Amino acid sequence: MDQIPAIARVFAYLSLLTIGGGMAAYPEMKSLVVGTHHWLTDEQVIHIYSVGQMAPGPNMMMVAAMGDRIAGFAGAVVAALAFFVPTGVLTFAVGRAWNRLANWPWRASIQNGLAPVAIGLAVAGLLTFGRGSITGWVTAALGLVVFAATIKTKINPALLILGGAAVGAIALR
Amino acid sequence: MTTQAVPVTPSDPSPKAAVVDIFVTFLIIGATSFGGGVVAYLRNALVNQKKWLDDQHFLELMSISNTLPGLNATNMSILAGDRIGGTLGSIAAMVGMCLPGFIFMTIAGILYGVPGDRVLVTAALRGVAAAAVGLLAATWWQIGKKSVKGFYDGFFILAAVVMVNYFKLSVPIALLAVGALSIFAHRPAPAHPPEKESEWIRFLR
Repeated sequence: MDQIPAIARVFAYLSLLTIGGGMAAYPEMKSLVVGTHHWLTDEQVIHIYSVGQMAPGPNMMMVAAMGDRIAGFAGAVVAALAFFVPTGVLTFAVGRAWNRLANWPWRASIQNGLAPVAIGLAVAGLLTFGRGSITGWVTAALGLVVFAATIKTKINPALLILGGAAVGAIALR
Repeated sequence: MTTQAVPVTPSDPSPKAAVVDIFVTFLIIGATSFGGGVVAYLRNALVNQKKWLDDQHFLELMSISNTLPGLNATNMSILAGDRIGGTLGSIAAMVGMCLPGFIFMTIAGILYGVPGDRVLVTAALRGVAAAAVGLLAATWWQIGKKSVKGFYDGFFILAAVVMVNYFKLSVPIALLAVGALSIFAHRPAPAHPPEKESEWIRFLR
């Protein structure tokens, strides 16, 4: 329970780093949740993050599961509110100001300039995440198959994740 | 105004839909959009089915959403909800979008803490993690193919990766440093570019 204020701080801070998507915040999430606060192990973060890809809606709702592991249901609520409300308010305000910003020449510069940075940060997050989860040839092959299937077919990604669970349960014991 | 889509005035006095209708619509999307790609579900519901927004309007909201921190799914809910039903519509859309996933992940978190056959569960979760790597890599591969243009974008991607993964700098430092440089490289062209420079500016873009 005494972790609640820290949960609010950490997840609000992480939400500000999600430029272009949740993956950008992953290295910082790992370092704060595993390193600084010792709330979860590296493996637990990977597990929760991965299961989060199966959830419907925003793919970072797994912060609720992290909050729950740290401080029970109150932790889940606080983590989710901290992660989604501050950026939400910012988005709402900018959305309202958009008519004026539409004529601002730097707006396009910010948008085009942030695009490659967002991709770079996502790749950095993915490398950090992959280092912990691709641990042998089975996991490597599984990752490659899912990668190819996502690009080449229109299969629902949640099914691929479930398939990963089945393959893991059989081959990774 | 510019040649861009003329947005519905944000403080539209007559909302296009009742708050309950907005909430239910976003709740359904929040509950059924398994496996990411929420934006595609949103477009289908808001543009094709409900006709609350047109395509151009939707794309404009996407460009706001992409520029700001926060996930596309939630940013788009907030922006579209505001355009459709004002402040209350925005809140209803956001809550509807988030609620199913929140319940799902809270239960997942509780189940994760339940003691049981850890060997089997851990093995399954290892498979899930490996599959998630493939899925996320594919998602970013597709985004990258669409939005990376030219040498400079490639350079900024690499710079961000190297700063975070090789030099172990924290994400905000990499974001501010590379972000500032990249925004500068994409800076607005002067209104009347000198003949000599125009080539260079075009190259930067």
